[in-house]
Amino acid sequence: MKKDEVPQDLSSLGKITKEVCYATDSAGKYTTELSKGWDVKITALDVAWEDIKKRIAAAREKVLANNASPILFFMEYRLMDVSILSDYTGFWKWQIKRHLKPGVFKTLPDKKLQKYALAFNITVEDLKSMTIHED
Amino acid sequence: MKIEFEHRQAAHCESGVTSNLLRSSSAGKITEPLAFGIGAGLFFAYVPFIKINNGPAIAYRTLPGQIFNRTCKSLGIPVVSKKFSSTEKAEAFLQECLNNGHPVGCQVGVYYLPYFPKEYRFHFNAHNIIVYGKENDRYLVSDPIMENTATLGSYELERVRFAKGALAPRGHLYYPKNGVDITDEQIKQAIKSGVRKNVHNMLSIPLFAGVKGIKSTGDKIKKWRDNLGLEKAGLYLAQMVRMQEEIGTGGGGFRYIYAAFLQEAHTYLPNDNLLEISETFTKAGDLWRTAAVQAAGIYKGRISSQEDFNVMGDYLQEIAELEKNAFLSLKKIRWQ
Repeated sequence: MKKDEVPQDLSSLGKITKEVCYATDSAGKYTTELSKGWDVKITALDVAWEDIKKRIAAAREKVLANNASPILFFMEYRLMDVSILSDYTGFWKWQIKRHLKPGVFKTLPDKKLQKYALAFNITVEDLKSMTIHED
Repeated sequence: MKIEFEHRQAAHCESGVTSNLLRSSSAGKITEPLAFGIGAGLFFAYVPFIKINNGPAIAYRTLPGQIFNRTCKSLGIPVVSKKFSSTEKAEAFLQECLNNGHPVGCQVGVYYLPYFPKEYRFHFNAHNIIVYGKENDRYLVSDPIMENTATLGSYELERVRFAKGALAPRGHLYYPKNGVDITDEQIKQAIKSGVRKNVHNMLSIPLFAGVKGIKSTGDKIKKWRDNLGLEKAGLYLAQMVRMQEEIGTGGGGFRYIYAAFLQEAHTYLPNDNLLEISETFTKAGDLWRTAAVQAAGIYKGRISSQEDFNVMGDYLQEIAELEKNAFLSLKKIRWQ
């Protein structure tokens, strides 16, 4: 890629920092150039986020229909899966799968809920009520 | 407390951290491309059975930690590298390093990294930053992909050092020991050894990795439309592009960094083949970008026929051929 071809499409990262790119000058020698972002990359990220939003919305529906506990919602909201959540909370995967059932969730003591709250970076109250605060 | 340290922005986090940590002992000679090449950073792997964000895991560079370790080892620099079982011990050791005047590299997860834009925060645990001091109860952080330095509170740093999931850093901290000067002769030897290692990684690992991996991924992509359906195939392609364009590598970026490395290698070991091969890697980088544009056409929904997937797969075949020939030429180089 030549230096003057380094893309300059403003990305969400570009608002915070430009990125260093290696590119060639007119003599073919490598140098660096700052880039604000690249459209192809921005849409790749958009596609990923659209999918995540769908998953979050589906999880919310499931919780509201009492088919899953709020843990499912926050797991999707924090882009986690059972395996990552297990690493963060210290619960076994089979325990988490149990806790995903609304009936079981209601019986969980605050001590266990606190572990989930910590993993999701929210309060126990927010966990129970499925409340999000933008951060 | 603040250690004398100059923040310099880089294209890629680990080669940037390595170059920045080696600045004093190499008098600035270990640039980012040199660190990337000596560390044998270029790679390709498609690991279908590992899922990241519900898509396949695709890597365009070596495993985290390898660039730093290999670069230091090849240059004969002793390294301190530690992981921790407890957050308290991890912070105490960090404090001790800072008190002794060592800026240190830390492997971190980006999900809870507060200065990153939200859109870029995934559970990706192979990011690298340098901590170079503590002021007003906040750690001073040089993140090589950012233009400016940042600060993190104790808990914020702990959280990213102990991020969980695949490749969990477990507090991983590392730095080169001081007082070793790097000579040009050492750099020459290290370049040769880095090239040899990279030739091996790209040509001799079977199945999912290296140029064979690129080729077989090209074959797979042609089947994605039928096997996965358009929506999922689009997601997979978007994931591929996101991994290729990992923050700060600006488009087939790793190939360009490697091309830059070969040009710099030429100033130490003037063999004109290096310049020619460098051009081939530039072509490979350009072609990766062209492939990304094609992928974008698909995930944006602008194009969607089987033929479009075939074109995408063919780009990868072409890249595999280019990179194979480039590494075969590197293998045959007669070093002076």
